[in-house]
Amino acid sequence: MKDLIANLNKIFESRVRLGIMSVLTVNESYDFNSLKEALAVTDGNLASHLKALEKEGMIVVEKQFIDRRPNTSYRATEKGRTAFSEHISALENLLRDT
Amino acid sequence: MKNEPNTHEDIKAIRKLMEESTRFLSLSGLSGVIAGTAALAGALLAWLCIDKTWLLAAVAAMVLLISLSFAYLLSIKKARRDKKHFWTPVSRKMLLNLFIPLATGGILAIIFLIQGTLQLIMPVFLIFYGLALINASKFTLGEIFYLGLLEIVIGLLVTLFPGLWLPAWAVGFGLLHIVYGLVMYGKYGK
Repeated sequence: MKDLIANLNKIFESRVRLGIMSVLTVNESYDFNSLKEALAVTDGNLASHLKALEKEGMIVVEKQFIDRRPNTSYRATEKGRTAFSEHISALENLLRDT
Repeated sequence: MKNEPNTHEDIKAIRKLMEESTRFLSLSGLSGVIAGTAALAGALLAWLCIDKTWLLAAVAAMVLLISLSFAYLLSIKKARRDKKHFWTPVSRKMLLNLFIPLATGGILAIIFLIQGTLQLIMPVFLIFYGLALINASKFTLGEIFYLGLLEIVIGLLVTLFPGLWLPAWAVGFGLLHIVYGLVMYGKYGK
C-alpha cells in the first residue's frame, strides 16, 4: 500500500490544481482568464491554487502587456511536468491495482 | 480504497481538459453542408455568367462570405450547446493557422486576377485552401486534414487541366464540403 501512494504528490491533491497542471502540460502557456474559463472556477480560488503551485516551483508566472492591458500567463516548469506525470502514473497504478 | 471513484473522476477530468485545451471541437458539420450548397449554387451562377470575369469574382466572394458566416455562427451555437467556450487560446491558434495560408492564397488570386493570369486562380484557391485546412487540423477535428489533402489533389489536377475549372469548383468547394459536413454531422452531431 505504501509503495502505491509513494508517488502521489501532496501538492496536486486538489481538482483545481490537477486541472491547472493538465492544461499547462499540453499547452506552452495559458493566460489567467482562459484558465478560469477552462476550469470553471472563481478568480480567488484559481489565484490561490496558482500561487501554491508557483511557490512549489511547478509553474512560472509571466506578466506582460497586451494592448496596454496587463496579461498574466502561466507555464509549467520542467520540475512541474515531471512531478505531474509521476503523479498521473501513480493515480493510474492506484486504479489498476485496487 | 475510499477515494477510488474520486481518482477515477480525476483522471477523466484530466483527459478532458487536456483534449479540450489543445483542440477546438465545436466545428459544426452543418456549416460544411451549408458551405457546400452555397458553393454549388455559386458554381451554377458562375456557369451562367461565365464570360464576365469580375462578376465571377463577386460570386466567389459571396460564396466565401456566406460559408464563413455560417461556420462562425453555427460553431458559436454548438459551443454554447455543449457548454464550452468559443473564444479560447486554442480556437485563436486554429484561426491563425487557418488564415495565414488562406489569406496568402486570396492575395495571390487577386494578383492573378489583376495580371490576367486567370487559369491559375482556381488552382491557387483550392491548393491554398487545402494547405490552410491541413495547417488548422492540428488544432481541431483531425478529419479536416483529409479534406485538405483532397482539396490539394483537385487543385493540382485543375492546374493540369485548366479548362475544368468549373467542375473543380463544384467538386472541391461544393461536393467535398457536403460529404465532409454529413460525415461530421453523423459522427459528432450538429
